[in-house]
Amino acid sequence: MAGIISYGAYVPYLRLPLAAIAGGKRTEGGPEKSVANYDEDALTMAVAAAVDCLRGHDRSSVDGVIFASTSFAFKEKQGATIVAKALDLRRDVLTSDVGDSLRAGTGALRAALDAVRAGSARRVLVVVGDVRMASPRSGLEANLGDAAAAFLVGAEDAAATVEAFHGVSDEMIDVWRTEGDPFVHAWEDRFVVDHGYRTNVREAVRGLLAKLDRKPADFTRLVLYGPDARSHAALAKELGFDAAKQLQDALFGRVGNAGAASVPLQLAAALEMAKAGDKILVAAYGDGADALALRVEAPISGLGDRRGVRWHLERRGEMPNYDMFIRFRQLLSTENDRRAGAGISATKHFRDRDYEISLHAQKCRKCGQVQYPHQRVCFKCFARDEFDHVRLSDRVGTLKSFTFDNFAGSPNPPLVATVTDVDGARLYLQMTDANPKEVRLDLPVELVFRKIHDAGGTPNYFWKCTPVRDAQGERTR
Amino acid sequence: MNKDAIRDKVAVVGMGCCKFGENWDKDPQDMIVEAAYEAYADAGLEDPHRQIEAVFCGAQYPSKGTAEVADALKMYDRPVSMVVNYCATGTDAFRYGVFAVASGMYDTVLVVGFDKPKDRGVSGPSVAVTGVRGLPATPAGWFSHCAARYFDTYGAGREDLARIAVKNHHNGTLAPKSMLKREITVEDALKARLISWPFGLYDCAAQSDGAAAAILTRRDLAKGFRDDFVLVRAIGIALAPDPKEDPDFDFLRWKPTEMAARQVYEQAGITNPRKEIHVAQVHDCFTLTELLAYEDLGFCEKGSAKEHIASGTFELGGELPVNTDGGLKTFGHPTGATGVRMIYENYKQLQGKAEKRQVKGPTVALSHNIGGAPQACGVCIVALP
Repeated sequence: MAGIISYGAYVPYLRLPLAAIAGGKRTEGGPEKSVANYDEDALTMAVAAAVDCLRGHDRSSVDGVIFASTSFAFKEKQGATIVAKALDLRRDVLTSDVGDSLRAGTGALRAALDAVRAGSARRVLVVVGDVRMASPRSGLEANLGDAAAAFLVGAEDAAATVEAFHGVSDEMIDVWRTEGDPFVHAWEDRFVVDHGYRTNVREAVRGLLAKLDRKPADFTRLVLYGPDARSHAALAKELGFDAAKQLQDALFGRVGNAGAASVPLQLAAALEMAKAGDKILVAAYGDGADALALRVEAPISGLGDRRGVRWHLERRGEMPNYDMFIRFRQLLSTENDRRAGAGISATKHFRDRDYEISLHAQKCRKCGQVQYPHQRVCFKCFARDEFDHVRLSDRVGTLKSFTFDNFAGSPNPPLVATVTDVDGARLYLQMTDANPKEVRLDLPVELVFRKIHDAGGTPNYFWKCTPVRDAQGERTR
Repeated sequence: MNKDAIRDKVAVVGMGCCKFGENWDKDPQDMIVEAAYEAYADAGLEDPHRQIEAVFCGAQYPSKGTAEVADALKMYDRPVSMVVNYCATGTDAFRYGVFAVASGMYDTVLVVGFDKPKDRGVSGPSVAVTGVRGLPATPAGWFSHCAARYFDTYGAGREDLARIAVKNHHNGTLAPKSMLKREITVEDALKARLISWPFGLYDCAAQSDGAAAAILTRRDLAKGFRDDFVLVRAIGIALAPDPKEDPDFDFLRWKPTEMAARQVYEQAGITNPRKEIHVAQVHDCFTLTELLAYEDLGFCEKGSAKEHIASGTFELGGELPVNTDGGLKTFGHPTGATGVRMIYENYKQLQGKAEKRQVKGPTVALSHNIGGAPQACGVCIVALP
């Protein structure tokens, strides 16, 4: 039976204390929101969630990628293709972007399920990421958080099978963003909650229960979209669920409302805690509502090595102030504008795709030396054109050298520049999501797909390194 | 390689150098003319446009290329060529001049190294965004990559680097044409704002505008110009992989220096550089670059630079004075001019004309440039006959 084979999650390292938005200080345990670093966007976070999801799975088994977001960096140019290339998937992979709605994540999930059920693909990766912006210091801004989740959907070996799906479409102007406007807007919240959120989710959930002939009590968990904590708990109760026992934590005050990724992130968290036989009801809102019923199956026990939501929540670094947040979102002009410059050469990008997006190195067939970047003649034995490609992005490297550069025009100086050894190849990489205090020689690092700059007005992606951390957010070694 | 092919066959009979600095009021032609005409006068050239048969130029940031020099000096109707080889550009232009004379094709040639980086409106090289790898990057960010591993392995630190800056700041006060003339203390250097760890402001050379020139001729013709001519004993250039990509790199040295040093010591028959070289100008774009050069050039054992810095081996009155005119640090660093400027200083030292910074009785002098990521090094040894 078709369903979810694997899941993965991503919450960015940085958190902005909500108190900082008004210029205050964070109080211990006070509310905060997750914030994408200056080098992250919906796509890079989606890639990170996908890497978590694909842990232990052969990447060549993936037949399709559906990328869902309301905050695509490109208006025209597919994100799923970049995701597929960054993940080093096959060339004959199906790719599609699903956007424009808070319901994009569940829409993508439904499309993937339909594809595997119809037999047009065996395994489809659904990745959902959102970095939404609202006007600085608006109420909506405090509500939003950045996150991503990923699911591998397949016809067989599902850890959670999908029993039924029910959706409604509804036209109203509740939450929107138009061309050229960086900010999300919303109509008055009581109108949106009563006539949008409550009405539509109620209809979708009741429709699903009717299809399955089940009661709320038959479910272990309710994963429910929530515009805010109060409406979230109130709707769960109205639908007949026990908010204390059944309702999945929507992460208000920790992540915030992650847009299209909100329900997928909660679903990943629910799967993280699930055991075989559990039943999960998922309800998403946006231009209508989607509801789906999942039954957790035995393979769930094999997914324990995912980082999931819990690992990412524990790994956190705090933004010192709101000024940094608006600088990172490029809402404040700075001397070193990351959008400045003519941008990267499209033809050079074209030639370097395997090396820069898939992070392939070359391994010499004669002497075995792994080397980077792309060479025609081996560094070591001078053999010509005797190379096999090897993927470095999922390897752990070590720092051979580093420096803290205050002169490089980073939005958050100093820029940590490293030479990282990965399987013998040397890579000149920036380090991200790190405190300079923790940088030392031979530090183990993992590789993360990031936006290097926006020169020419486009996001220009490459890989960076970040300290390998354990679940407590500390370095592992 | 025929190690004797050029040894002592080419003489330096005239040299010139303009004042280095942020020469806001000078065009490249102003500096080229100043340097070249000083060299003409120094060599006693009565009719340079007849006597100079070929011109070799070096510039890392030329705006017009060879015409910049040909037009400035009106050196037409003869070969004018330009070399670009990172910070070794000046040394490499000089090298081609040496070959041109040693081959017998030309009797007398002119070498001009120059650069005018301060017309670009940025401090340091401008960052052109053409890719995603290696960006953003600054030379301080590249040359600092040996610091962590070297410090960790040999126990050196920022204080040792600071002492090099203090020495070069002192020497610069004694050189009339240097850009900066200000003594500093170790404390000044340690407290300065950090550019790229471990480099503070005083660990970084002053990028500047400038030009330097040399007149080369055959040894047998040298007497016709002057009695105290200087001979070119050895010259070498070597490239190594980008240290940030080199799978074998240990971050304790700069490979190109070791490679180029091997070439020139073989040509010159030098086996004990600290004894056989009496004065040296080494590339100190950053203080650590100078520290590594002490070892990579064989002036002292790998890892021992710290002790020699402490004991003053490389100070003006020391066993082997290094950067007697203040080095790149205070004399300034117009990339293409620097190699020629170093030979200018060595030429003056060998002639005993280095005034307040004169080293006692040197007969063999070495100059060294390293540049790029760094990948390229040039080393030149000049000597009295």
